[in-house]
Amino acid sequence: MMLEANQILLLVTLVAPTVGAIAAATLPAEGDRAARILATVAAGVAFVASVLLLLSRSTQALVDPVPSYPYGIVVSPWVELDLPWVPGLDLRFHIGVDGISYPLVVLTTLLTLLCALYTCWRVPDSGGGPVRGRHLAALLLVIELGIVGVFLALDLVLFFVFFEVVLLPMYAVIAIWGGERRRHAARKFVLYTLLGSLLLLVGVFTVVASAGTADLVALSTAAGPAMPYGVQLAAFILLALAFAVKSPLWPLHTWLPDAHTEAPTVGSVILAGVLLKMGTYGLLRVAVGVAPAGAEAVAPVLGVLAVMAILVGGLVCLAQTDLKRLIAYSSVGHMGFVLLGIATLTSVGFQAALIGNIAHGIITGLLFFLAGAIKDRAHTGALGELGGLRETAPGLSGLLGYAAIASLGLPGLAGFWGEAFAVVAAFSRGGPFWIVLGVLAAVGAALAAAYFMRMLRQVTHGPPSPAVSSLTPARLAGAEVWSWAPLVVLALVLGLVPALVTELSAVPVEALIGVVGSP
Amino acid sequence: MTGMLGAALPLVPFAMALLGFLLPHASRLWAGLLGIVGAGVALVVAIVLAFTVDGVVETSHAVATFGELASRTGGLSGDFEVTVGVRLDSAAVYVAIAVGVVALAVQVFSTAYLRSDDRYAPYAAQISLFTAAMLIVVVAGDLIMLLIGWEVMGICSYLLIAHDRRLPEAPAAAVKAFLVTRVGDVGFLLGIVILGVRAGSFRLADVLAPGVLDPTTITVVCLLLLCGVAGKSAQFPLHTWLPDAMAGPTPISALIHAATMVAAGIYVVARLFPLFVASPTALNVLAVIAAVTMLLGALAATVQDDIKRVLAWSTVSQIAYMTGALAVGAPAAALFHLLTHAAFKALLFLAAGSVIHAVGTNLMSRMGGLRRSMPVTFWCTTIGLASLVGLPPLAGFFSKEEILHVAVAGSGWRNLLVYGVGLATVFITAGYATRVWLRTFFGQPRSPEASHGHEPSRPMAWPVVALAVPSALLGFAALSPAFAEALGAPEGFTIGAEAAVPLVWAALAIAGVWWAWRVRPADDPARVLGPLRPLFGNAFYLDAVQHALVVRPVTALARAVRRADESGVDGVVEATGQGTLSLGGVVARAHRAGLPRAVTAVLGGAAVLGLAAVAIGGVWP
Repeated sequence: MMLEANQILLLVTLVAPTVGAIAAATLPAEGDRAARILATVAAGVAFVASVLLLLSRSTQALVDPVPSYPYGIVVSPWVELDLPWVPGLDLRFHIGVDGISYPLVVLTTLLTLLCALYTCWRVPDSGGGPVRGRHLAALLLVIELGIVGVFLALDLVLFFVFFEVVLLPMYAVIAIWGGERRRHAARKFVLYTLLGSLLLLVGVFTVVASAGTADLVALSTAAGPAMPYGVQLAAFILLALAFAVKSPLWPLHTWLPDAHTEAPTVGSVILAGVLLKMGTYGLLRVAVGVAPAGAEAVAPVLGVLAVMAILVGGLVCLAQTDLKRLIAYSSVGHMGFVLLGIATLTSVGFQAALIGNIAHGIITGLLFFLAGAIKDRAHTGALGELGGLRETAPGLSGLLGYAAIASLGLPGLAGFWGEAFAVVAAFSRGGPFWIVLGVLAAVGAALAAAYFMRMLRQVTHGPPSPAVSSLTPARLAGAEVWSWAPLVVLALVLGLVPALVTELSAVPVEALIGVVGSP
Repeated sequence: MTGMLGAALPLVPFAMALLGFLLPHASRLWAGLLGIVGAGVALVVAIVLAFTVDGVVETSHAVATFGELASRTGGLSGDFEVTVGVRLDSAAVYVAIAVGVVALAVQVFSTAYLRSDDRYAPYAAQISLFTAAMLIVVVAGDLIMLLIGWEVMGICSYLLIAHDRRLPEAPAAAVKAFLVTRVGDVGFLLGIVILGVRAGSFRLADVLAPGVLDPTTITVVCLLLLCGVAGKSAQFPLHTWLPDAMAGPTPISALIHAATMVAAGIYVVARLFPLFVASPTALNVLAVIAAVTMLLGALAATVQDDIKRVLAWSTVSQIAYMTGALAVGAPAAALFHLLTHAAFKALLFLAAGSVIHAVGTNLMSRMGGLRRSMPVTFWCTTIGLASLVGLPPLAGFFSKEEILHVAVAGSGWRNLLVYGVGLATVFITAGYATRVWLRTFFGQPRSPEASHGHEPSRPMAWPVVALAVPSALLGFAALSPAFAEALGAPEGFTIGAEAAVPLVWAALAIAGVWWAWRVRPADDPARVLGPLRPLFGNAFYLDAVQHALVVRPVTALARAVRRADESGVDGVVEATGQGTLSLGGVVARAHRAGLPRAVTAVLGGAAVLGLAAVAIGGVWP
């Protein structure tokens, strides 16, 4: 059969990382640097392909100016590819991209490219032995394959397979290139998220067994195979638990601080930047899309836990003593806002969750890059031993300030939209319950300001601490500037023009709400 | 065209700020130029707008859609949009002019005041960003856009207050300024959210349209907005950040106190006044806040030795006059006082900066006798202080008189409260202003540096002299009916015979302080306050109260939650892991056995299985 250009682009986003990973991993040790550059090129190809995918949407929009789907259609990808995969089991290789998944695909390819670029310049210490940068780069590409696959998959079984692809490479990245307690952190990460995967598997089979199909497009259609209420409820709870581990939702979050803190810089960036998004994306696309009645029933619980995550995350950060751990816990709070948006089951909330996802990926990715750079230079991440960074490294300190300000949700930068509109969504849902949740979430946003201000004061202000005054190099390396600059610019651009994301997702979100909100 | 100009108002300084952030840190010439050009262009645009804007000019463009408020199943419909756009009226343009004048003066003044600063480029860029943010608040036609300007101002104040790296107290002051205002902003955000959700739009025009909101909603919204206003405008109980913010460079104090930040709160209430006027509860709260803050600020100003802290507390108290004007339903008088206050407070801060620059200290106990060595600064400060006290015919006289006039003309306890406290505050204001005047410029120099005072260089002198003009003459604008109408008082401003009452009070205070100084010129006239001095000096210990009621409980809670999260929630996870491991160990041990026992176990197992097969097979063939 012949593939259209768009479909080839879609495949390239999956094939380029695969080929790149194999090539990079098989090159001999002498070609370590060449292998890392090769991996960067592969990531670049995937990124370009993902950006070009947007073009096919605009041409389609020209052909079809009516911007809404036919009633009842929820998932309507603008590019899709549907091939038989295991015909005997009726499994299909069905992938596609729409306005909900597209921004996440680009975020994934972008962050992987930046991490690969960063790896060209600096390979974290793998506990002695030969330099194994090529393996790290290859693993990053495998992780990219898995995450992009999750966002593209339109078949539940395929979704599950991609979901699992991510797990072991990330385990290896933490366990080989991580910090002092890397083995413990990696083991905890893999076991905890495996538990989530188990629930996901059961959830997927509950749905498939009841509905008789694994196709997401068919499953999330209003007129599609209707599942009984009980099955929907069970399926939603199973799927939501699975995604809650990944997102993570309080109180299933404790793998995250360890994993983020011990992972090497690029590992933390990918973990916080995109890996967590598999959870929130799955919750929205799979759990809510497939079992809307279950979602309706469980939403209040989800809302309460999300707000708990915001408040607990904020308070723990306020008493935190380690830079990377603080950023990790701030992720718990930020993802709380995303989950609150989803829990409201309103289109405002879904939009807020989607833009919050992207903003968190950009900003927290940047924060982890910076925290890694500070830790590499000062050889400590303890807040008590840092101080006076603006005296010795003004550039690094200024960027840290910028990222922290963006992360605390300053209006005008990317983080604001998701958080403010999660609160708007809670209020627009109405009723005392949701209004209280909205108020508490807004208080949580003030907590975020408090802990980031405390962090900045300890790290950047005052006289330089011994660790900071002996910090080298004070200037930023070229590779650092290049791999951070896109994130710095995007945090501002997305803050000023949120429509970059909201316009893409507006129609699919309306379609989804059409199913969820129906009585 | 007018809309484009309105958009250019914040955009030009914003562009200059972005360029400035890209400059090398030490670049002085370009940084200074970018800052001056940004503020200058904004000022010119504002002046042009003053001649072109007639009535309300409004533009609006949707920038993002956050879904529909209700789904197709019914209820409210329509896209929930965030728009950018300007809403210009004469009041907005006048405030924009004030912002432009002060920002320009501050940029020019800073080039000389921070001559030896090695990070001038980010400093100047931050001032530009601050200016842009304030101008966004001034022109915004959409509440979300207004919120952006509002919060960016907060972060700029944080950055600029922490600018001076030699001051150990600067970082803490900066954090305090940001956090205290941010706590108020939780309410502000919630107020905006409720307005948006209930009106179905964030556009000012839609929100202010009559009949959109029910009275309860309006009251709730107004009270929530007041939290943010109290924070930004440093009103009780969220005023504690402003005096500490003196750790910032003096031009920054001028910027924060005169035309940006503290003015923003008053301006926003005036802009949303149709809402406030519909809620008597909100006006009552405003009146109480105004009365408490007026007295609190003025009393705290009486005993400070740091000249900038006197001015800071004076700002707190003067802003409260504007709050009082709003409480008695006179937004025009509030805006009038905002404009005159912007002029004379910027003047006072920049002049104080000249003095500090010459003497090398903020403390008035180390000044004295500077009248002779700094005559220009002396005369300008005199104009500023007299305007602050409200002596005719200076600007402050007209605006303060207007507030008191409106208060006494109406009836009800709100008016009585504002008028009574306003009069008392006139007395105190005259007292502390006279004290500053005498302690700084008269008597004998009380330190070696004070005896070598000198006039500042031209970039510092010009802005001060320029600001003296509106500080002296802006009041006469009150005589023009067009000016009053532009600010929103179509009936015009009136000065009546009752203006004599505050003047008598002021004269008494001036005479009293002069006498106390005359008796012992080397001593602080504040000594007459006796045992009240520490109470006033520490501003009634409200900082300690805030620390005990908010800061300490929150940090204790944070520590407790961290412990609970690490040993509780994570403890369960770790214990599960450990438990599984040890269970595995037990089972593994159970499987380790010698051959005889193993054979016995296998045979026993086979026997059990066989029995089971027989039993089940028997029951269920």
